[in-house]
Amino acid sequence: MNTNVAVDAQNVGKIYGIGNSAVTALGDVSLSIQKGEFFTLLGPSGCGKTTLLRCIAGFETPTSGAIHLSGRDITHTPPNARPVNTVFQSYALFPHLTVAQNVGFGLKMLGKPADEVTKSVARVLALVKLEEFADRFPQQLSGGQQQRVALARALAPEPEVLLLDEPLSALDLKLRKEMQSELKRLQTETGITFIFVTHDQEEALTMSDRIGVMSRGALLQVGTPHEIYENPADRFVADFIGETNFLEGTVADGKVRIGTGDVLDVALKVQTGAVTLAIRPEQVSIVPTGSGIAAKITETTYMGTDTHYTLALDDGSDIVARVQSNTTQAHKVGDAVAIRIGTVQVLQS
Amino acid sequence: MAKPRAFDVTTLPGFTFIAILSFVLLYAPIVTLVVYSFNGGNSVNQWGGFSLEWYVVAFNNAAVQDATMRSLIIALWAAVISTSVATLAALGTTRRGKFKGQTVIYIIINQPLMVPEIVTAVALLIFFSSVKLATGYSGLGYLILAHSAFCIPFAYLPIRARLEGMDTAMETAAADLYATPLQTFRYVTLPLLLPGVIAGAMLAFIISLDNVVITEFVKSAGQDTLPTYMLGQLRRALTPEVNAISTTLLALTIFILIAFALVTKKRN
Ligand SMILES: Nc1ncnc2c1ncn2[C@@H]1O[C@H](COP(=O)(O)OP(=O)(O)OP(=O)(O)O)[C@@H](O)[C@H]1O
Ligand SMILES: [Mg+2]
Repeated sequence: MNTNVAVDAQNVGKIYGIGNSAVTALGDVSLSIQKGEFFTLLGPSGCGKTTLLRCIAGFETPTSGAIHLSGRDITHTPPNARPVNTVFQSYALFPHLTVAQNVGFGLKMLGKPADEVTKSVARVLALVKLEEFADRFPQQLSGGQQQRVALARALAPEPEVLLLDEPLSALDLKLRKEMQSELKRLQTETGITFIFVTHDQEEALTMSDRIGVMSRGALLQVGTPHEIYENPADRFVADFIGETNFLEGTVADGKVRIGTGDVLDVALKVQTGAVTLAIRPEQVSIVPTGSGIAAKITETTYMGTDTHYTLALDDGSDIVARVQSNTTQAHKVGDAVAIRIGTVQVLQS
Repeated sequence: MAKPRAFDVTTLPGFTFIAILSFVLLYAPIVTLVVYSFNGGNSVNQWGGFSLEWYVVAFNNAAVQDATMRSLIIALWAAVISTSVATLAALGTTRRGKFKGQTVIYIIINQPLMVPEIVTAVALLIFFSSVKLATGYSGLGYLILAHSAFCIPFAYLPIRARLEGMDTAMETAAADLYATPLQTFRYVTLPLLLPGVIAGAMLAFIISLDNVVITEFVKSAGQDTLPTYMLGQLRRALTPEVNAISTTLLALTIFILIAFALVTKKRN
């Protein structure tokens, strides 16, 4: 057993309900999360992120499979006996307790002496910069401050693993950005393993050491943000992480021929048959007619730094190009141009 | 400016008349009762000047004192017992998954609201008389038990409402923070439930305090409560003393109901 593994999920499945009303929330998920890692579960609504988190926390028991924490089987351990804490999406702060009592709750339940609890609470409140709010009640705090209390409360008992279920989704954009770097800082300072749930791909890309992309109860790909972005395992991942163009093509003589008849020189894993090309908009550049694949501009969207051009190819397929706005050439709808394609991912169709 | 409504009952013919009539029917008797409790004369319907003498008479009447004490003791015990049972029942019916026979359980808990009181009274009379024969015990215990039983649904309803309105994420969070199920109850569920428990206890107390029918059937000789004592007085000469006692009881009930409203409102 690898001693660096914090959480190890083996073939975890979870079915809610029975008979006709049964819902498969998790199919067959296997996943190893390293100690001290910032791991993000990313996926669209209803794909089973919360369910996987609740299985790790102990609020749900998997229907099949096992979960190990630092090598111990905790599949059937009750939540209060797991050295794992959760930051809830709704915060779930205790309204009848002060901020300090909320933060000290876990340590008190663990039977730590009062002076030790006081000391830890002060330390953790300083960590999240909430010292002056210690004696307030949760209702007397702003949303962002409540969020910090929830974080402090989960950090205070120094769990082996911290679970965060979309903790930032209730905050406005500015506060969200602040809390993202705050979370990253806390994770580095404490060295605690973070398992973070989000359906925001940008959040996932900027914060994580590794990302697990989920869809319909299955884990599609696990990898670093770079790997997932540059080398998506399939069309779903490519589409979900950032914007992607898809072109259909056929492989012949070690090259790919797309619908227009043009041939692209790309690295190939397969030697024959139909393939799908995933092309990031920033990999598409617009060049003068004749020096690339012929295309016609059908739509332009000014986005500040970048401009997005939608182009129609001769075979009717569309492709989006992202170009820096401050280049001299600004194209208009109807312009006949040509495109060049940089890096391409070849996916099996 | 008030928004025009599609349907507004106040515009219907006779609305004001019916409203006033209802208020008169509801409150005229009570107002008369209260006014005559301050009557200086001996009559409950002939005014003889303002006086507090009947309050003095009532408060100095040994039988009234005795019955009041008994009423309060029974109501207090009934409130404590029924609220404890109701709290457990409310936890048992809300803090678990859906189960078979849920509806049946609700009906059993609320049985005293549905069975005619006189039927319960007769049943208790017959049942307790055999128990009395068998055990020889004839103390207040029977009244306390009987009152506790019919107070349970009144205590149960506000407690269950509070539990159902409570976010179970609190209890999940407590478990996540190493609280055992008992600790979760002690440090999270119970404190959050307290307003409901207090409201339930106050309702039970009032319900027990003014019960007549069941008390009349279950009590042994010399076990008059305030309401059964007053009932007994009616068979003799009617004096404003009864008005004075009733007014005091009314004042106490209103006081408790206001406290009840404040406690229930404080949840928000
Ligand atoms: N208690 C439950 N009973 C029945 N089905 C459930 C239950 N909880 C979740 N599900 C179902 O399981 C699936 C996965 O739900 P889950 O909450 O894990 O999704 P999620 O990825 O967290 O979604 P979101 O991003 O919207 O929070 C969904 O189809 C959901 O409807
Ligand atoms: Mg979720």
